[in-house]
Amino acid sequence: MRPFDYTRPDGPADAVALVADDPGAAYLAGGTNLVDHMKLGVASPTRLVDVRGLLGNRVEELPGGGLRIGASVPNSDLAAHPAVRRRYPVLSAALLAGASGQLRNAATTGGNLFQRTRCPYFQDTTTPCNKREPGTGCSALEGHGRDNAVLGASDHCVATHPSDMAVALAALGAEARVLGPGGERVVPIPGLHRLPGSEPERDTVLGHGDLITAVDLPHLPVAARSAYRKVRDRASYAFALVSVAAALDVVDGTVADVRIAFGGLAHVPWRAHRAEEALIGGPATEEAFREAARAELADARTGRDNAFKVPMAVNTLASTLRGLTAEEAR
Amino acid sequence: MDATITLRVDGEERRLTVDTRTTLLDALRDRLEATSPKKGCDHGQCGACTVLLDGRRILSCLALAVAHDGADVTTAAGLGSGDGAPGGELHPVARAFVDHDGFQCGYCTPGQVCSAVGMLREAEAGWPSHATADLDAPVSLDDEEIRERMSGNLCRCGAYTNIVAAIREAAR
Repeated sequence: MRPFDYTRPDGPADAVALVADDPGAAYLAGGTNLVDHMKLGVASPTRLVDVRGLLGNRVEELPGGGLRIGASVPNSDLAAHPAVRRRYPVLSAALLAGASGQLRNAATTGGNLFQRTRCPYFQDTTTPCNKREPGTGCSALEGHGRDNAVLGASDHCVATHPSDMAVALAALGAEARVLGPGGERVVPIPGLHRLPGSEPERDTVLGHGDLITAVDLPHLPVAARSAYRKVRDRASYAFALVSVAAALDVVDGTVADVRIAFGGLAHVPWRAHRAEEALIGGPATEEAFREAARAELADARTGRDNAFKVPMAVNTLASTLRGLTAEEAR
Repeated sequence: MDATITLRVDGEERRLTVDTRTTLLDALRDRLEATSPKKGCDHGQCGACTVLLDGRRILSCLALAVAHDGADVTTAAGLGSGDGAPGGELHPVARAFVDHDGFQCGYCTPGQVCSAVGMLREAEAGWPSHATADLDAPVSLDDEEIRERMSGNLCRCGAYTNIVAAIREAAR
């Protein structure tokens, strides 16, 4: 591992100034992904700026009925928070579907959003990877392709975003509060993460030195009936092949409101606007759920190893919405 | 780049100077002779390095020692009374692992025991898991819950059946 300076600044503004002025600096929070990448040689910062003790570690009520989650709230605390369990169960469920108990105790809300892809070639410094080393090529295009994206990928990168939490946040329409060298701003999720295009090294729209200080959840009554469904190769402790975060409100058999996001399909947590539009105002039936899912996947491009993701996404969305409809009927 | 830190390890205050690259696991094992946490994968995938950090189970291989200056660390050796010396009492979870033969080679066991102790506290606090059907209902630690909550600890010998039995008893 490359030697680095470790700094624990006095406050978020000091942290931002330190990182913004130093191209070799990186923020450290829980460290569960970054420390691993430093061991692997995937990341080699020359300075770590520890922000874990500087950012909020509480979940607070917002005046409009939403919640503000401090960026340092551990994933485990967020999943267990009573208000999240009751009002945004999809977020609790997504967090609990990810990683292990030990990792969730260390990983933070802010850090989770900056997890990097688990594409095997990204994590293997002996192979070409445009995300790790721009311009070297993409090994996943012709290589092991089971995990590859089917929506929004480019010739430069077919990696998927690994976070479960971010999929729930995309469905809920959360907002990241960002402190940067130019001051504070709000970045919506989805919108924080970006498709690879010709710059797969950039996972998010944020610049060097930008720091997420909190994540706001909107007041969203439909989220009280929401769920997260994750399909993976093992029953636990594995990344998603396909996952669905969904919230559904059915009135007299008609979809009054619905929020859907997919994980495992793209370089971003994929908000399924097309499927939502297809469903709203229509019947809450199995056929409608499948039709909406097929509409969302209409532009999917698959390779040798990942064609299964398309029917899997259709089935997973249909079963998740069916479950929420049954819950509603109780 | 060096940094001087203080760690409270199994009840004893220890002061040491570490290279900033030192993980908590390496600081414990190589510098402080606290060798019950084991280095398995060293990449956060196996759970053998699990310790209790300020009372919560974490992976010491993915924690930088310098980032935890002042922390309280409990390893499997420090769970019981008598500092692991002959004549000391085993922690009830460790005792249950012995009673139920919850290991073969024993390499993953200190991590399993620390993880189980942390997990039982989490369940006691009412934290749900991926196996919890109703996120609002009280937690009941059936075998499915135990397996899900312990999924971050691998056992290459495959002693899972007895590990679950040990934890089931300790949970009573």
